[in-house]
Amino acid sequence: MFEDSPAPPGNQPEYTVSELSGAVKRVIEGEFGLVRVRGEVGRVSRPASGHLYFDLKDDRSVIAAISWKGQAAKMQVRPEEGMEVVATGRMTTFPGQSKYQLIVDDVAPAGAGALMAMLEKRRAALQAEGLFDPARKQPIPYLPQVIGVITSPSGAVIRDILHRLRDRFPRHVLIWPVAVQGQSCAAEVAAAIRGFNALAPGGPIPRPDLLIVARGGGSLEDLWGFNEEIVVRAAAASRIPLISAVGHETDTTLIDHAADLRAPTPTAAAELAVPVRMELLATLDALSARLSRAIAQGAANRGQRLRDLGRALPRLDSLLAQPSQRLDLWSGRLGGALGMAAARKRAAFERAARLRPETLLALIAGKRGELQARAQRLSDRAAVALERKHSQMDKWASRLDPALTRLLTTAARDIARDRDRLTALDSRLQAAPARRLADLAARLEQIDRTRQTLGYRETLKRGFAVMRGDGHVVTSKAAAERSATLEVEFADGRLALGGRPAKKGRSEGGRDQGSLF
Amino acid sequence: MMTDKAVSEMSFEEAMAALEQVVTQLERGEVALEQSIALYEKGAALKAHCAAKLKAAEEKVELIRAAEGRAVGTTPVEGL
Repeated sequence: MFEDSPAPPGNQPEYTVSELSGAVKRVIEGEFGLVRVRGEVGRVSRPASGHLYFDLKDDRSVIAAISWKGQAAKMQVRPEEGMEVVATGRMTTFPGQSKYQLIVDDVAPAGAGALMAMLEKRRAALQAEGLFDPARKQPIPYLPQVIGVITSPSGAVIRDILHRLRDRFPRHVLIWPVAVQGQSCAAEVAAAIRGFNALAPGGPIPRPDLLIVARGGGSLEDLWGFNEEIVVRAAAASRIPLISAVGHETDTTLIDHAADLRAPTPTAAAELAVPVRMELLATLDALSARLSRAIAQGAANRGQRLRDLGRALPRLDSLLAQPSQRLDLWSGRLGGALGMAAARKRAAFERAARLRPETLLALIAGKRGELQARAQRLSDRAAVALERKHSQMDKWASRLDPALTRLLTTAARDIARDRDRLTALDSRLQAAPARRLADLAARLEQIDRTRQTLGYRETLKRGFAVMRGDGHVVTSKAAAERSATLEVEFADGRLALGGRPAKKGRSEGGRDQGSLF
Repeated sequence: MMTDKAVSEMSFEEAMAALEQVVTQLERGEVALEQSIALYEKGAALKAHCAAKLKAAEEKVELIRAAEGRAVGTTPVEGL
């Protein structure tokens, strides 16, 4: 472009670089004096100068953005990388680098969704760091002496808290005034938390033993300061137990996670902070009454036990009465018994005293005589008994021989009789079969006679005859007339009538048939 | 058993708990006579301590004056 030879002059005016840059700047600033631009925040840097540099970008383009120190301080929402924002400001150029850029007055999150997403991201990051760890939570003192309240000194919130404290248990309250919304909110709240913690115990300003960070309800943006990392970190680091009460019950800010206790409302924070004094007084009175009653009861119980034991202890005279009575009884009987025993012993002694040698000798002689008499009587009696036994034996012996003879005779007789009976029976036994045969023969003969008597041939002998027709016995005239041949049997033979002679027959014939012809 | 902490150094809560324990022990009636008297005296001291703490229930509201993030003084607050 720039050859050796200078360019030929033309109609266009010739600018210096600065002149052209200034012209461009004027055009751009004139055209874009106030713009709102929506985009994602890119790289953010904040050097020591306090100015805030960041990029605004979409999928194709990037615009450099700057917030000067004063502007950045006033921002409610500080741009962070990845945030979807609507930035408000004016375009300008930076001629020193041939750049155009957006001077940003304010940044607003592009919609609540974006803000919530950022909040969630921050919460996760802080949680990962352990700032919300339940193990970090400190117990809330039962009855704090001094309560530090971090809130706006004007407005309903501090009044609600003081009112409720007054109802329950009036306390010494230190209010650390802070802005509860706006750009300075987070920094002031964080500073107040640290400031209370920095108070030395026993110093001129009493160190609170409980902190309450409170704010009334508001929009997400209004409460945004309590989501700032600086506040969360200060709350987590507080050595003084801290109750957070920001917004309404449904609002949750990040300080709630870091606080030792979260109250749904400022009033609730006051209720969590102190017990009810009247209830404590009542409890104390009740305990006191129990104490008195217990000590009195203890004394009464011991007294009662002492009395009971005393009663259970038997009286001395009752212990002694019975033995004493027994003593009387036995001692009364003792005198008489002694006299009687002595008399009995004396009598025995006197009997024994009569025992002299003469007495003994006489006694022995008497006993000897008696013994001899008894011995004599015994031998006499024995002789008599012996004699009696002898004669008895002789008598039995004399009776023994005849008895034996008689026994033998009887036996011989019996034997002879039995022998005779045997012989007779034997002979009868021999004869028995022959006689039996004779008897049977005689009976047979008799029976045969009877048979002959009953048979018709015997009848033939008495004149009767048997008539047969054609070989059958004929007993009627009609049968005879029907027969071709007739035959008459007599006792001595058969006679054929008419036709052929009958077969050989026996010579017999019936008398009735014979008379018929 | 009971803490050896002096009654005057106890917090209200500690004193109440100790008193409760003393009363329970006495009510159970298992302590020797002399110990029960000592317990009673301790209970009375605890009760007085608690009562004093309850009596000292005075409202005082002050506003912190801060400079450079530090509390430098207080201003009494009225009418809140």
